[in-house]
Amino acid sequence: MSATPAAGDSLTRRFDARAAVRDQGVYVAVGALLAFNLLFTSNFASLDTLRLQLIQAVPVIIVALGMALVIATEGIDLSVGAVMALASAVVPLYLGYSVEVAIAMALVCGVAVGVLNGFMVAVVGIQPIVATLAVLVGGRGVALVLAEGRLTEIFDPTLTYLGSGRVLGVPFNVIVAAVLALLIGAMVRRTIIGRQLVAVGGNREASVLAGVPVKRTLFAVYVTSGVLAAIAGVLLTGRSGAANPAYIGLDYELFAITAVVVGGTPLTGGRIRVFGTVMGALLMQLVSTTLVSHNLTDSDRRIVTALIIVAAVTLQRSRRTT
Amino acid sequence: MMRERPDTAAAVTERLAGDDAPTVHVDRRAGADRRERLFGILQRSGALIMLVITLVTGAAAFGTSFTSPDNLIDTVAAGSAFLAIVAVGMTFVIISGGIDLSVGAVLAMSAVLTAYCAAEYGPVAGIVVPLAASALVGLAQGLLISRVALPAFIVTLAGMQLARGVAFKVTDEGNKTVLIPPDSWLRDLGSGAILGVPIPVVIALATFAVGGIVLNRSRSGQAVFAIGGSEDAAPLMGLPVRRVKTSLYVWSALLAGVAGVLIAARSSTGEPTAGYGLELQAIAAVVIGGTLLTGGYGTMSGTLAGVSLLAVIQNLINQLGTLSQYFQDVVSGAFLLAVVLLQQILARRRRLQ
Amino acid sequence: MNIAAAPTPEGGTAARGPLLDVQDVTKRFAGVTALDSVSFELGAGEVRALVGENGAGKSTLIKVITGVYRPEAGEVRYLDEPVSFGSPREAQVAGISTIYQEINLVPQMSAARNLFLGREPTNRVGLVDVRRMNADASDVLANYGVHVDPRKPLRELGVGVQQMVAIARAVTTDARVVIMDEPTSSLEPREVERLFEVIRILREQQVGVVYVSHKLDEIFAICDSVTVLRDGRRVHEGPVPELTKLRLVAVMLGRDVADVRESGRTRFTASHVQAAEPVLSARSLTRRHLLEDVDVDVRPGEVVGLAGLLGSGRSETVKAIFGAQAVDRGEVAVGGAPVKMGSPARALAAGVALLPEDRKAEGIVPDLSIRENILLAALPRLTRAGLVSDRKGDEIVEIFMRRLRIKAAGPAQKVRELSGGNQQKVLLARLLCLEPKVLLLDEPTRGIDVGAKAEVQGLIDELAQTGLGVVLISSELEEVAEGSDRVLVLQDGRIVARLAGEEISEEEIVSAISGGDDDTAQRPAP
Repeated sequence: MSATPAAGDSLTRRFDARAAVRDQGVYVAVGALLAFNLLFTSNFASLDTLRLQLIQAVPVIIVALGMALVIATEGIDLSVGAVMALASAVVPLYLGYSVEVAIAMALVCGVAVGVLNGFMVAVVGIQPIVATLAVLVGGRGVALVLAEGRLTEIFDPTLTYLGSGRVLGVPFNVIVAAVLALLIGAMVRRTIIGRQLVAVGGNREASVLAGVPVKRTLFAVYVTSGVLAAIAGVLLTGRSGAANPAYIGLDYELFAITAVVVGGTPLTGGRIRVFGTVMGALLMQLVSTTLVSHNLTDSDRRIVTALIIVAAVTLQRSRRTT
Repeated sequence: MMRERPDTAAAVTERLAGDDAPTVHVDRRAGADRRERLFGILQRSGALIMLVITLVTGAAAFGTSFTSPDNLIDTVAAGSAFLAIVAVGMTFVIISGGIDLSVGAVLAMSAVLTAYCAAEYGPVAGIVVPLAASALVGLAQGLLISRVALPAFIVTLAGMQLARGVAFKVTDEGNKTVLIPPDSWLRDLGSGAILGVPIPVVIALATFAVGGIVLNRSRSGQAVFAIGGSEDAAPLMGLPVRRVKTSLYVWSALLAGVAGVLIAARSSTGEPTAGYGLELQAIAAVVIGGTLLTGGYGTMSGTLAGVSLLAVIQNLINQLGTLSQYFQDVVSGAFLLAVVLLQQILARRRRLQ
Repeated sequence: MNIAAAPTPEGGTAARGPLLDVQDVTKRFAGVTALDSVSFELGAGEVRALVGENGAGKSTLIKVITGVYRPEAGEVRYLDEPVSFGSPREAQVAGISTIYQEINLVPQMSAARNLFLGREPTNRVGLVDVRRMNADASDVLANYGVHVDPRKPLRELGVGVQQMVAIARAVTTDARVVIMDEPTSSLEPREVERLFEVIRILREQQVGVVYVSHKLDEIFAICDSVTVLRDGRRVHEGPVPELTKLRLVAVMLGRDVADVRESGRTRFTASHVQAAEPVLSARSLTRRHLLEDVDVDVRPGEVVGLAGLLGSGRSETVKAIFGAQAVDRGEVAVGGAPVKMGSPARALAAGVALLPEDRKAEGIVPDLSIRENILLAALPRLTRAGLVSDRKGDEIVEIFMRRLRIKAAGPAQKVRELSGGNQQKVLLARLLCLEPKVLLLDEPTRGIDVGAKAEVQGLIDELAQTGLGVVLISSELEEVAEGSDRVLVLQDGRIVARLAGEEISEEEIVSAISGGDDDTAQRPAP
């Protein structure tokens, strides 16, 4: 059991194959799948298909953006699916007032959960996986209680527009996802909190000694994740025309984590790839489509997803040892 | 290299024993902090106390419809037997500092395979195949966690997807329902009873008993506590950490497999949607029972109390009839949250001392 | 545990070779040589001290012996045969037992369980016999003078007991070699006596003991011989009776006491301009077990050196001033204005900056670029309306990379790819771009190459001359002696000497550390 040397301390950078796959692999994979489908899948190369792909990927993209922020701080947010369910359950309750209020309340749910998670992680010091797991367990339950376990059909035109409408041929929810991705990307690169959260994930002790407000940063990150999950829940509810808290967002934490990891953001934090995350979500969507259009089933998708995430996490494992 | 080794230990003991050296350490903390003791009791027996309270409340509020053997044994106990079996395996995993999110899916996979194999190849295959498959899933997960050193929650999250996928595949996306042949003795496993106690309950109790003995009275059990208590110290103390860790995930999956066989036996078929959320319930039961989610401490009796508590609460909610049945999850979640907070606060106090 | 009569040792020591024979072992980590052709011998019944400062290579040597590391060159021979253990477990089974400095036991488990972990007594059925385990544990611990309830969780029993349990555990494994790494760091005098008794018995049983410690009194009390490591090399080896404490300290710190120091060994120049009022004033810093009533004053342009051995409280002092170490009592004032302690952010805002001792664990954010690392603490100053000004940031980075001569492919290079010296410069840049009034430097030149060392020393000098107040911690005596205007010598968390001006010399510092003993005889071994 000999110690593995750290990355070289010389000025020359050696070509690290693993790092290359980790950072750029997702683009190659997306490209490869696109090419495969263009060649072998009938009806793939059409505007309709492209639109459909993007629409279907939107919720995962949005949730994954929030998850990426959390993972960058070396944390995890397992409660995102439950937040989507909560948002979905809350909307019909407030539609009576107005659609704006309904949407606002849904977002408030996201904020509330985020504050709860942030409090537990940053102030109390509970491990993120434990804290968000507890919310996962209770959150969907609360949603189901609010909705009395029922599926509620929604006929609000605004919501329908949000979920399925188009602007100049581009689906509205795709625009929302794109805007959010740009915002998050800008936040990470240009704002102080974006810089600080990456430092917190990279070396928390060093961040403390450099005067970084660690608690505040963690709070912000979990609240953002909650709000994004709520937005995804609202959009999905609008698109499906029904609030279905029993099934909405199921397994989303896995999809989001997979998208983030595959996209090049390490689970150990310290680095974030916003565009990579979006690509990761698109990759998951493409995988699903590829399987479906070649008559493979939903369960095949699950199995393939499982293998992908294990491979991605294995590749991501840093060679550095203390 | 096999030279005779002087019996150093004995020599030291003998020599030291003969010495008249003064006492170096006496138990100074005889009058331990009362609050600390209270918290300790809460952690160890909190679930049991809550259980007693809820039982009494239930009896008072609903009388015989709650306390009748039909309710308590055939509904509450039999219904929660599957959770109980899974929770035994989960207890071991959590004490070691890990987590297993795949148990619900493994249960479904096992149930589906039970039905399928029993129908095609007979009852023996209907038991052996699902158990073997479950153990295989557990082995794969265990190796990834202990040797490749991947985080347990990701590996078991992936395992959950894999097992669920297999379950759906075997049943043709849930479209095919295979029944266990009516004359098969497998059905009796699920619906039969010994001395009035349903067989799944008997098996669950037996699992608890064996699990408790292994945890508290075997060397491997001690190793599990050590690994969870101090991941750095355990290998330095000479423990076979990787071997023990791998076996924990094998057992956890195997027990989920057993539960799956029993569920299929009871409902005469295997549903691929079975066990949704079971892992979370199991984790909740284990944690509420007093086991630390961070590892290093836990009791089998606590898990039993936790499982029972959740089952009784579910039953009470059903008896009430007016509350949504989903309150169950809310209660579980709230309990879990409260317990975890309490555990953390306790840990903080200790560290500051 | 069977209490049989101990078998008599075979033959006299002269007939046998050494128990443990480490020959010319070299161990490298990515360009840093941790051990450079080190040899180490341990005979049966010998108690050998292994000494050296932080980073000298002691723990690396032990890890090579016990199988945690595999050396690039050299050989380890145990019982006359070459060995290469694959893990500490294998070493343990073979008879090399280690007691680590950080207590490597399981705090939540009981003392009894910890003592017997892996070797619990079993009954006929194969289950652990808990009653016998507890009874045996009671007996064993009682022999060590420890009378506690063995069923209690270890962490409730105090650090002294924990250490005794670790010692008892190591001994009960029937070891032939016992390595003790700072075994008395948490023990009280009575417990230390107990430990020494155990060591004496081990010696009689022809067990070899490696005793790693920086507590000089203990070395002279119990050890037969000593090996001194410095910068990965063996610089001294010989019987203890031939040494004096003074000489030992001198050898450890690399100074020959009799030599006269020439100036110019370091890049430090002589005294700096000093104004009257202190820019930093710390009073009565106290923290149980760590610091006791430590006062530090720094005037603008002054370099105050903190000297002392491992564990003397130097790092804790500067961390306490910076707010990264909790204190029970104490006050800090910057420029006359009191600063509320306990928050690094507040300290930075007040103009106090800390360069931490362990740059890997507390300093650099390895995956971020040089640029991000430098700007990390300055981010709030570059931010307006939440947005960071990249332009201003680029300017600052460029200025400091040039001024500190940071050698890199560019500001975007990842910090973990840099050499130690350049990493240290990045951290210095991080502090300097805040324009601090006071710099607290904890081992600024540790683990960096000679060239970078000289540069950093020169830089510290320059900064002091521009009016910064500097607190300098260094285990290298010449740095402290030549770089400081005043020196505070710490020992066990207390200031034991203050030197100023002409009084500052390496001999004086060494003398103060070793407690003032000159060439008088050390305490004879009992």
